[in-house]
Amino acid sequence: MGFRKASKRSDQPAWGLLKRPRPGETIIQSLLFFAASISIFTTFGIVASLGIEAFTFFKKVSLVEFLTDTVWQPAIERFGILPLLSATLVTSFWAMLLALPLGLVVAIYLSEYAPRKIRNFLKPVLELLAGIPTVVYGYFALNTVTPLIRNLFGQQRVDVYNTLSAGLVMGILILPLIASMCEDALSSVPRSLKEGAYAMGANKLEVSLTVVVPAAFSGIAAAFILGLSRAVGETMIVAMAAGAGPNLTLNPFKSAETMTGHIVRISGGDLSYDSMDYQSLFAIALVLFIVTLGLNMLSSRIVRRFREVYE
Amino acid sequence: MSSTLPAAGRLDSRLEERRRKSGRWKIVFLTCTIVSIFFLAALLAGIVNQAFGYVLVQTEIDPVSLVSHGGSLEGQDIQDLNLILQENLSRRLYRKLDAESPLANRSKTELLTIIDTEILKPHVVATWSLFESVFFKNAVIESAGRDYMGGSLQFRSWVSGSLLANSQSSDPLRSGIRGAILGSLLTIFFTILIALPLGVAAAVWLEEYAKDNRFNRMIRTNIYNLAGVPSIIYGMLGLALFVRAMAPLTSGATFGVQAEGSSLDGRTVISASLSLAILVLPIIIINAQEAMRAVPQGLRHSSLALGATRWQTVWHHVLPASADRILTGAVLAISRALGETAPLVVVGASTFLSMDPSGPFSKFTTLPIQIYQWSARPQQEFRNLAAGAIIVLLILLLSLNASVILMRNKYSDKKAASQ
Repeated sequence: MGFRKASKRSDQPAWGLLKRPRPGETIIQSLLFFAASISIFTTFGIVASLGIEAFTFFKKVSLVEFLTDTVWQPAIERFGILPLLSATLVTSFWAMLLALPLGLVVAIYLSEYAPRKIRNFLKPVLELLAGIPTVVYGYFALNTVTPLIRNLFGQQRVDVYNTLSAGLVMGILILPLIASMCEDALSSVPRSLKEGAYAMGANKLEVSLTVVVPAAFSGIAAAFILGLSRAVGETMIVAMAAGAGPNLTLNPFKSAETMTGHIVRISGGDLSYDSMDYQSLFAIALVLFIVTLGLNMLSSRIVRRFREVYE
Repeated sequence: MSSTLPAAGRLDSRLEERRRKSGRWKIVFLTCTIVSIFFLAALLAGIVNQAFGYVLVQTEIDPVSLVSHGGSLEGQDIQDLNLILQENLSRRLYRKLDAESPLANRSKTELLTIIDTEILKPHVVATWSLFESVFFKNAVIESAGRDYMGGSLQFRSWVSGSLLANSQSSDPLRSGIRGAILGSLLTIFFTILIALPLGVAAAVWLEEYAKDNRFNRMIRTNIYNLAGVPSIIYGMLGLALFVRAMAPLTSGATFGVQAEGSSLDGRTVISASLSLAILVLPIIIINAQEAMRAVPQGLRHSSLALGATRWQTVWHHVLPASADRILTGAVLAISRALGETAPLVVVGASTFLSMDPSGPFSKFTTLPIQIYQWSARPQQEFRNLAAGAIIVLLILLLSLNASVILMRNKYSDKKAASQ
């Protein structure tokens, strides 16, 4: 950047004028630096606050027991994260099953097919969908989608709270994210690739599916991973619609509590500090943090590599 | 690729097939896109469906029986209403109300309200959705008459003036979101007060001062990573740090302004604001960075060339030139914070709060929290209330987003005019 170069030159002044000390500038500069480092403090704060409480928790419950026990019942001192983890995976699975194909197809339509007018209308609509608070989606899952599923599959077979409804609505929540990320990936495929394929006589579908989508594959993968991370960390929908009680099941018609749902339910009640309940929440949150951070970093790494290929 | 082309006839037939396939898939793509849009419509329709509709209200005493010589309750004059009160209220309650303010001098609406709350005590027996109320009106009326003994069937909009004006109450007919809206506004106010200066300062550092070294690159990556952390994790951070570790500060005890009746407890507005501020900080920083990056270098160079210091350049030229876009980022942050629920539940929003929040150290509830709590109730009428509250929330968010679009348009107009 030109500005940086200019300032670098001024660091080595040819005459004494620039050497005049400016304490005000220095103070301001250190304040700005402090503001920027708050983000580092935040990360440390998250790691430390989760780590400290989780550490005292793991002194009482071994890590092996935490990761392998199939029962989560704080009342009888059984802390196995598997039921919570499985519910998170089941809801995320249904969310991705809905969001990935639909999101990809919407992205293909928007970037390759849609006339400019339609695209200019649809993109803000998708953004609008992304801006709706998750508590509204939770309400929608509980009051609209669940009754629908129960009517379709039978009141007896489907619980009032079930992971299917929460998962599908979560898919609707994630769909705009995946669609817009995929659209970015698809539209950054170089024109020359597409034009080459057209010149060979390929039609629009063949260009889209055999040239553009494979070329943008890593971007699509990144969108998928980021969407998964969002699904794992999503809270209100599962807290409202998936159920309030840990339950180790893969059946989407049964109620089961996810990691995030459990944190919200327990912390929303009367919670005394230094209790096992309190500490166990931080252990769950630590798992959640590690999983989502890992997914996010993976996604951004893929995006970066993808950019390098074409730039 | 084979060097020989297939016979012309085969080529044509394949071409035909490829065209058909292409056409079929185009329809599939379009359908899927329409389905996605349909989800948005379904979401909104599902909420509107719950927010309006018939309710069957029963009263403890039939209002007609109160009036001795016929006519409706509203048709009575003040003296008659007073007489009704005298006859139907217990002596103690009547005296108590009279002592508060003489009943004979009260206005008619006031008297009607007292009759409503103390004598009639209306309560909801059943509610119907808008869909049922419009398309199966007769079935609703029939069912109301058959399944429930008496009561009056009325069409009710759960979004109403009383929803906005009333505080939370256990009676769904009189419960409202005033406390929740005030709580939301108060929380957001402090959130932005904390996050906007910090975020802009951080962005100024990163864009205008930071050298391209390891540490600054780490800050940048870190900000992007923080933007992807699930919001509930910020709630946990807030719980451990602001609510618990900093309890003397966040409960106001240190400043001697602890809200009345609250124990030493950091579950206050300011804890919520601090947690939300940390949550929206990456959004503000990233948007402000982009805003400053869009300021032409020439502006900086001319300022520096005239002898301005770095800070003078930033303060007088870079920040004013990017102010609209920074504000856009702030509004996006506000709308994010306005809809956040999970971190606030974790930080400890109050489950029932009939009083308005009074300041940074009072207990709090917010609009999304209120929606969450009402939705969790088993009674249908509270879910209707939640739908009403959702509509209010969506209108708030929509107007915020509209202001962003307006700001953007104004900005691009100005830019176009200056070019």
